Amino acid sequence: MTEASHGLGGLKYDPRKKERPQELNVFLALVLIVVVFELIGRVFMGDSFLFNTRDNVDTLFNNQRLSIIILQVSIVGIIALGVTQVIITGGIDLSSGSIVGVTAMVAMSFAQTAMVNGNPNPKAIFGEGLMDLPVLVPLLVGLVCGLVAGFINGALIAYTRIPPFIATLGMMVTARGAAKWWSKGNPISFPTEQYSAIGQGMNPVLIFVALALLFHCVMTYTRYGKHCYAIGSNEAAARMSGINVNAHKVLVYTIAGTLAALAAVVLSSKNLTAQAGMGVMYELDAIAMAVIGGISLSGGRGSILGTVLGALIFGVIISGFTFLKLDAYYQEMVKGIIIVAAVVLDQWRQRSRVRG
Amino acid sequence: MDDIVLETRGLTKRYGGVHALEDADFILRKGEHVAVVGDNGAGKSTFVRQITAVEQKSAGQILLDGREVNFAGPLEAREAGIETVFQTLALADDLDVPSNLFLGRELFRFRLGPFSILDRKQMRERTLEALKTTAVKIPNVDNPIRNMSGGQRQCVAIARTAAFASKLVIMDEPTAALGVQETAQVENIIRGLKDRGVPLILISHNLRQVFDLVDRIVVFRRGRIVASLRKDETDGNDIVSYITGVKGVAEVA
Repeated sequence: MTEASHGLGGLKYDPRKKERPQELNVFLALVLIVVVFELIGRVFMGDSFLFNTRDNVDTLFNNQRLSIIILQVSIVGIIALGVTQVIITGGIDLSSGSIVGVTAMVAMSFAQTAMVNGNPNPKAIFGEGLMDLPVLVPLLVGLVCGLVAGFINGALIAYTRIPPFIATLGMMVTARGAAKWWSKGNPISFPTEQYSAIGQGMNPVLIFVALALLFHCVMTYTRYGKHCYAIGSNEAAARMSGINVNAHKVLVYTIAGTLAALAAVVLSSKNLTAQAGMGVMYELDAIAMAVIGGISLSGGRGSILGTVLGALIFGVIISGFTFLKLDAYYQEMVKGIIIVAAVVLDQWRQRSRVRG
Repeated sequence: MDDIVLETRGLTKRYGGVHALEDADFILRKGEHVAVVGDNGAGKSTFVRQITAVEQKSAGQILLDGREVNFAGPLEAREAGIETVFQTLALADDLDVPSNLFLGRELFRFRLGPFSILDRKQMRERTLEALKTTAVKIPNVDNPIRNMSGGQRQCVAIARTAAFASKLVIMDEPTAALGVQETAQVENIIRGLKDRGVPLILISHNLRQVFDLVDRIVVFRRGRIVASLRKDETDGNDIVSYITGVKGVAEVA
């Protein structure tokens, strides 16, 4: 008997071979993409992607571009943190974009200011009542919206055993409908100063980074995180080991919904308005960030760090296309291709691992 | 008697009109290793599923240490000290060895509901201890078990069982999917359990293995226990004739 045929189906196992962490691959991909944009920029545009080329600014890097990159992914990134947890348990959440829509509408309604430029607010949704409420009210009402939507997702998936795809698809359509119904399709504007402060400047980035750190610790060091991986890895085993899989799923989807709601608050605050169409396609962008960051759609593998790197790759690509002055159409097409490519890569990785 | 660890009286399970298990009277003594054999569908796995409370019995009694028990689910059975290695591996492939050993019963440094902080250091140390006492060799416990051979994974599952079992261990076809070497490794672990005096119920199709490892052989046929024979009072042909129904109901010990 040769060494190679030892074990199940010729599985080999080399104890010394410590696996290269997936996050490192994603990070290398990020570096590669930045280098490619830098080279293309230098050769064809005579400009630098990464470094500062203007004389009137005294910095090494093009800080403006870098902050735009991270700012534009931070709001969807907040959603992606929740979606990551859902995907790690082997599920999927298609409803986050619509939860953003409905939450933005509802939260903004409770954030109305009474006076706009010295005149009474012309668009107040509740007439003259419920004006100038403390910022905590719209924030909490918004978070509760997402929490309830996420809880319904989780309860449907855990207790009726319908596939997560269907449950969250239903929520996606329903929540979008609710967003349109809320103000009969009219946008809601004129928030209080306190509310509009939430999403100003680099606040979205700070919120995103703080949450990423928090959930990195949660996924790595707590029972919650361990059980997410266990359920995504082998749900039957998790059940047999006494893990309350149903309760855990409800919790995971509830957290994902609440994070989507938080993203909605930040977004509507940043834009100073809420529309029923807010957050369309965000769910797919969030899933894309996770998938690009190495979160396996079959569950059990990936990390918050991976998703953060995936979000950065996402931002770099969008920003790079703007830098190369390519139309937005190309961005969307390339985004689609990258998502498929990331999943194909994941499949290959899994197969090559099985072969050893 | 005092040295009876597990006893079942008239244990019965029906699925609708199908009598999967009928009137099973069974006794397991301290330190004893018993094999449960029988044809497919004879009721072996059903019998085990009643004891471990994966399913609820239709009738009969289960006594653990002389006291009647009615477990609501597998977790309660486990807490009472009955550990099971299931036919399908109950392992999470993407987790490392300590996480698998402590799956569903993690140790905590700080309790905070679902967000309790894990005590990873202690879990790792106790894993190494458990692997040592069961003589399981795993090169690197920090790697996910996905990349380990079938035998090593089975060993992890058995080490988990052996490490936590305070009363008895149940194994449902532990070597069914393993190669020759790995089977030998698992059998060695089972002998180690015998030396440590941990009682075992072993479901197996492999009569060579059964005669190698256990003290007593219980034969199931069509949902009934048809024989309970000491290993040294019987032989392979005898067992086969009970399994196939050539011999009828014998004295049940």
